[in-house]
Amino acid sequence: MADLTVNVVSADEQVWSGQASMVVARTKVGEIGILAGHQPLLGILSAGEVRITATDGGRITANAEDGFISVENDTVTIAARAASLV
Amino acid sequence: MPAQVRVYRSRIRSAQTTKKITRAMELISASRIAKAQQRVAASLPYARAVTRAVSAVATYSNVDHVLTREAENPKRAAIVIFTSDRGLAGAFNSNVLRKSEELAELLRDEGKEVVSFLVGRKAVGYYRFRRREYIRDWVGGTDNPDAETAHEIADAVVEAFVQDTEQGGVDEIHIVYNRFVSMLTQTPEMLRLLPLEVVEGVDEPSDPKALPLYEFEPDDGSVLDELLPVYIESRIYAAMLESAASKHAATQRAMKAASDNADKLIREYTRLANNARQQEITQQISEIVGGADALSSS
Repeated sequence: MADLTVNVVSADEQVWSGQASMVVARTKVGEIGILAGHQPLLGILSAGEVRITATDGGRITANAEDGFISVENDTVTIAARAASLV
Repeated sequence: MPAQVRVYRSRIRSAQTTKKITRAMELISASRIAKAQQRVAASLPYARAVTRAVSAVATYSNVDHVLTREAENPKRAAIVIFTSDRGLAGAFNSNVLRKSEELAELLRDEGKEVVSFLVGRKAVGYYRFRRREYIRDWVGGTDNPDAETAHEIADAVVEAFVQDTEQGGVDEIHIVYNRFVSMLTQTPEMLRLLPLEVVEGVDEPSDPKALPLYEFEPDDGSVLDELLPVYIESRIYAAMLESAASKHAATQRAMKAASDNADKLIREYTRLANNARQQEITQQISEIVGGADALSSS
């Protein structure tokens, strides 16, 4: 299965970037899981823990307060003013 | 030591101490430019993500948002001026202030009342000295801008924009800041922040029917509600970072000029002092010779 390219960015730095097989984020209307081939999406994150399953099997958890998630062409961008890895 | 030589010596010493200071400041700013530039570069991914997202919403939906709506009859415009907290940066602050004056003039010609938000002590000083009113100021953090301050500024300008003109709101927001072109060039730049203009980054769909379905969570209106303030904040943050980098570059250049000038002064005064000393000696010799001659001939 194809991979997702994931970028987690905060206002002043790139927090994490890499290949992942799945991204789970909590938006305003509920939790959403994203796999490769997902349709273009723009969502607002609510008090947001974002869980990323990297291609190599590692699990990354990031905190992205007040942020948003955008998906297009298998590229997932999670941007928040203050984002950090947990 | 004769008076003239002493005067020159003290001037040389004074130039030397000044040079030590300016040299130190030059080196400090040189090291800070690199750091400031790194911060500009580090903030780019976020700015890019925000811009892409905003243009995606703007392109793939047609929601009418209060922040993109042009006032039919704009009456009041606000200018956010980004200066530094400290001087000693050549024409850095006066450039940006002059630009803001030009912009204010232009807006007044269009029949708008102009109000200001100030960032940096220099702008505040400029306005205080001229006894001018301003809405709000932020000082103390221009050398090392943080995202929190950008957030505050964004909140304040959006609030002013959303307010009715009758109740003290504004119809337009402009920002004026120094853009970091290179180490040698920083140009004052102005930009209309609100109402937002069409942003670039996403290609217009050529065939409206082939428009890829964008899914918005929860819906396009509320996504825009959340995104636009973030976008404004990121633009303001970018302006602050650019301004900081420009300030350090301007300081470095100004201080280098000052050190070079001090060098020149020292060289000049050394020459004059040597001249004066030589003259003193010549005069003494001729006095002695003349005295001896007078004695022997009498």
